[in-house]
Amino acid sequence: MALTQPVAQPGAPDLELPENVVVSRLDELANWCRKNSLWPMPFATACCGIELMATGAAKHDLARFGAEVFRFSPRQCDLMIVAGRVVMKMLPVLQRIWQQMHEPKWCISMGACASTGGVFDTYAVVQGIDRFIPVDMYVPGCPPRPEQLIQAIIDLQDKIQREGTITGREFNTQQRQLRKRALVELPLPLSIDAARNPNIQRELAGAARPQD
Amino acid sequence: MTNASDTSTDTLPISPHVAAVEQACGPLEHSVYRGQQRVVVPAEKLLETLALLKDRGFDLLVDVSCVDYLEYRGAAHRYGLIYLLASTATNERLTVRAFVDDPEPTVASVVPLWKAANWLEREVWDMFGIRFTGHPDLRRLVMPEAFTAHPLRKDYPLQGRGERHNFPVITRDHS
Repeated sequence: MALTQPVAQPGAPDLELPENVVVSRLDELANWCRKNSLWPMPFATACCGIELMATGAAKHDLARFGAEVFRFSPRQCDLMIVAGRVVMKMLPVLQRIWQQMHEPKWCISMGACASTGGVFDTYAVVQGIDRFIPVDMYVPGCPPRPEQLIQAIIDLQDKIQREGTITGREFNTQQRQLRKRALVELPLPLSIDAARNPNIQRELAGAARPQD
Repeated sequence: MTNASDTSTDTLPISPHVAAVEQACGPLEHSVYRGQQRVVVPAEKLLETLALLKDRGFDLLVDVSCVDYLEYRGAAHRYGLIYLLASTATNERLTVRAFVDDPEPTVASVVPLWKAANWLEREVWDMFGIRFTGHPDLRRLVMPEAFTAHPLRKDYPLQGRGERHNFPVITRDHS
């Protein structure tokens, strides 16, 4: 808890607080509310999704950390949990859903596949979602146990406590809002124009490494 | 490809269906393997052969598949198409194969015979780039529509040609 007890100032009159009253900064209070009422967006595409469900179920009980309200509409969520591999056909969907979520929002990349592609180093599988959307926490494992996911959520809560203010203005910059409000159609991804595409150039440079 | 070694190990008689196909198309390469009849027909006679077999009771098209024999030892053709037929009345099964080659691997669609062939042929088109003439809707089935390669061909690299990472990047400031 970030709520702070008043510090006695030397020479100041003794401030006697009534019972059940604490003093804090408004920014910290706002962050405390945000971090303890995360609404996850379950983007579960593979076996990590099973562990994600187990995390939300009675035994591991994500409700202890205020994040049990899974919603299947991105408009109602502020924490995207990408659980499982994302293939190239799914990535535009993932990006669209991420853009449809309201600020403030965070993203957890759960498991080896979402974070790096895992063992699926093939033409169809994106080698880590952080190449295309921002990620706040990575959870290692194949799949990670619920305890690991809970740890990631606790760590994310610490991060949320440290950023943000009561006005939320930092989540509301012109640049951040511009594209989301317009919801511009993402350009068709697959013009195979290798010479002009830095992603393809990077991929080709990486593919040159020796295969064993 | 020759299947002569298989026939020597299996002494089952050649099925009357294969004999009927031979009567229509001339002598064909055929074999029996573990009780399963197999016959290779010329690609240009595939549709009439399968129509004949459907009339003879093979009412179920189990699968349409393909193999890329690029750099395969002893292979005379590049692509081998495989049609698995079955008769729901007699439980007979028959494998019909046909070979096609680059640069324009093309074969007649069997959607007019079995509606089940629609998606099966779309998948073969998607993965191997075999054109099925007469198909009502020959679009990709699995890969995105804008994809240009046929990824199960042996000359396509396993990790692709960069298609999987050809997407716009959304940063924190742009989401």
